[in-house]
Amino acid sequence: MSEKSNGKARVITGNEACAEGALAAGMRFFAGYPITPSSEIAEVLSAKLPKYGGVFLQMEDELGSIGAIIGASLTGAKTMTATSGPGFSLMQENLGYAVMTEVPCVIVNVMRGGPSTGLPTLPSQGDVMQARWGTHGDHQIIALAPFSVRETFDLTVRAFNLAEKYRTPVILLMDEIIGHVNEKVYLPSEDEINIFDRIRPTGSAEEYLPYEHTKSRVPAMADFGSGYRYHVTGLAHDETGFPTNKSTEINKLMDRLDQKITMHREDIIDVDEYMLEDAEIGILSYGSTARSVRHAVRLAREDGLKVGLMRLKTIWPFADEEIKKLSGKVKLWIVVEMNRGQIAHEVEWAVAGKIPVFKVNRVDGDPINPLQILEKIKELANV
Amino acid sequence: MTLKVKEKKDVEIEISEAWCKGCVICVDYCPHDVLIMERGKAKVANLAACTACMLCELHCPDFAIVVRDKSKE
Amino acid sequence: MFNYDQYLRITKFPLIWCPGCGDGIVLKSLVRAIDKLGIEKDSVCMVSGIGCASRLTGYVDFNTLHTTHGRAMTFATGVKMAKPDLHVIVITGDGDATAIGGNHYIHAARRNIDLTVILFNNHIYGMTGGQVSPTTPKGMLASTAPYGSMDHTFNISGLAQAAGASFVARASVHNGVQLENYIAKAIQNKGFSLVEAMSPCPTAYGRRNRLGAGVDMIEELKRDAVPYSKAKKMTPEELEGKVVTGIFINEEHPECRSEYQKIIDRFQKEK
Ligand SMILES: Cc1ncc(C[n+]2csc(CCOP(=O)(O)OP(=O)(O)O)c2C)c(N)n1
Ligand code: SF4
Ligand code: SF4
Ligand code: SF4
Ligand SMILES: [Mg+2]
Repeated sequence: MSEKSNGKARVITGNEACAEGALAAGMRFFAGYPITPSSEIAEVLSAKLPKYGGVFLQMEDELGSIGAIIGASLTGAKTMTATSGPGFSLMQENLGYAVMTEVPCVIVNVMRGGPSTGLPTLPSQGDVMQARWGTHGDHQIIALAPFSVRETFDLTVRAFNLAEKYRTPVILLMDEIIGHVNEKVYLPSEDEINIFDRIRPTGSAEEYLPYEHTKSRVPAMADFGSGYRYHVTGLAHDETGFPTNKSTEINKLMDRLDQKITMHREDIIDVDEYMLEDAEIGILSYGSTARSVRHAVRLAREDGLKVGLMRLKTIWPFADEEIKKLSGKVKLWIVVEMNRGQIAHEVEWAVAGKIPVFKVNRVDGDPINPLQILEKIKELANV
Repeated sequence: MTLKVKEKKDVEIEISEAWCKGCVICVDYCPHDVLIMERGKAKVANLAACTACMLCELHCPDFAIVVRDKSKE
Repeated sequence: MFNYDQYLRITKFPLIWCPGCGDGIVLKSLVRAIDKLGIEKDSVCMVSGIGCASRLTGYVDFNTLHTTHGRAMTFATGVKMAKPDLHVIVITGDGDATAIGGNHYIHAARRNIDLTVILFNNHIYGMTGGQVSPTTPKGMLASTAPYGSMDHTFNISGLAQAAGASFVARASVHNGVQLENYIAKAIQNKGFSLVEAMSPCPTAYGRRNRLGAGVDMIEELKRDAVPYSKAKKMTPEELEGKVVTGIFINEEHPECRSEYQKIIDRFQKEK
């Protein structure tokens, strides 16, 4: 799974690829708190960031880590933190703060088994719903899930681009397998990577509206200290950024925050279709689990079964339209994930009873085996 | 013995009715009873006694009282 | 007359604070201190948490950041580390900084990061209606301590000093000039600087404890204040119920962002 590129071959882990991707995207500020299985991201960056003139900070906890990256982002830096389930839980309040105040930043969650301390060294995909709804209040969120070391690099870059483009926190949902697996990769060179930097205001400071209702729904963002003095608050605010209780202003803000993601869903949503052209059985999966699915699909094809995989690279916003479009072409969906069926529910919603949705799940820290998936495929192919 | 006559200060005191919350702090601080309360707001009662010591302005929490010492302008 | 207007967002006035609340006096002292030092507005970043005191950031014409409850110190750390040229000033309350944010408070002090923290100590959770705080004196009433607070209190200044702050001072709103001077010194110090500002909350603390209006509470602060120089010669019994004011420590020592810069510079030289 190592797409060719001009770069030279290296054998690295997903965690290292995440750190490299972040640096390539222009990330120059990292704050974090150690937690397995994400710590290597912090370790790599603690060594590399000062060489780039950037800042690495080990904070006192994850509440502090996310606070620091939001603060740093407001000065214009591209910022990131990395954690796992317990730390991700602690970050939820300030994740919502970044949504409400529209501060770009990237939060990496290398998922491990939960709840609670759970399975520190074993993989899981149990946090996909937490990524969607973990912070309180109505909101949109962007979450991406890589399935290989090379894709971890690419999606980390993409996470920064989306964060900058839409002025929003972006969550990178890795899992323990992706974080720790070693793979040979060719990392792209600088000129092969597209970088998006946040739009900064160009007009007068007096007329600057930090939360302007623009056509794209994304307001220009000024760096603190650049002459545009403005106010940032987690309280409901109007276009000027100051708190408001007016329902018209609150609705305008809430609609805009929603629309800036939903209006651009085509740009944000990225799915990978594998052998789906003639498929009668559709499998839906993401992250490391999709690797087992690909293997299972190949085995099933050898047996003459028409099976294909839809792999979510973007988990949130959800690819419901894309799934709907294929439903009917495929006669059923099997959703394979390392949880009890969190995304399966979303798929059920998307197909709205048109075709049946089946599940293959596992929550004991063991990855889902291709044979387990193949068994399900065969069982359903016979009906 | 010469009697030292206090130099007459040329002062102006401005109180914002809109911002004054009637907390009485300025009245309490004034060493010369220049200020009083009237209908819940601070008011100048004896401007002539004001020495422009600024204690009222320094401690009004609501930015409602401004003392202009014109001799300094 | 001092021209405050140039530093304020006048259109947001009047202030939301209650009549007689001391917080406005701290705000005034802070503005005068910044003016005295001749700092440009663009280079000031003010970061606050949640609470009555923390609403201050909405009224001043700087780069202002009103964050989440207890976390102001962490956002401020991010701002300072990413843009060290900014003067970063943290506005926080006794609950915000020492209850929910206690860990961030001591760690920011430990790093001696160049932040100026103005901590409004009113012995209570003002904004939420008068619940007990880590600085509510023993025996005093709060909405969640109807039989009197039973806990030992934090010495907020002592805490910062023990944790590694390089400037620590306590002043009270009864003396706006002293408050201004301490704040100016705190901003000038390169390192973690704390000014603990004693500020009355007549609404959520004074009323329940029959301490009178804000003006009466300020009078009481005036009576109870003991300069640090004098306090050093007093016994703990004599100091009971007193408010010691003064500069407790003012010693520069290695600052977090500057130390990090040395690491960055090492690699720049290698290039
Ligand atoms: C996570 C969280 N918990 C609780 C609250 C509710 N809350 C808002 S302000 C406050 C207390 C503030 O007290 P203090 O810091 O002393 O500030 P003051 O209002 O007295 O100035 C609390 C508990 C909150 N906003 N967020
Ligand atoms: S101190 Fe200010 S707010 Fe209070 S009474 Fe005097 S003028 Fe009014
Ligand atoms: S300036 Fe001094 S004397 Fe004049 S009104 Fe104010 S407190 Fe009184
Ligand atoms: S509740 Fe207390 S602290 Fe809050 S504004 Fe009123 S007097 Fe001030
Ligand atoms: Mg308080």
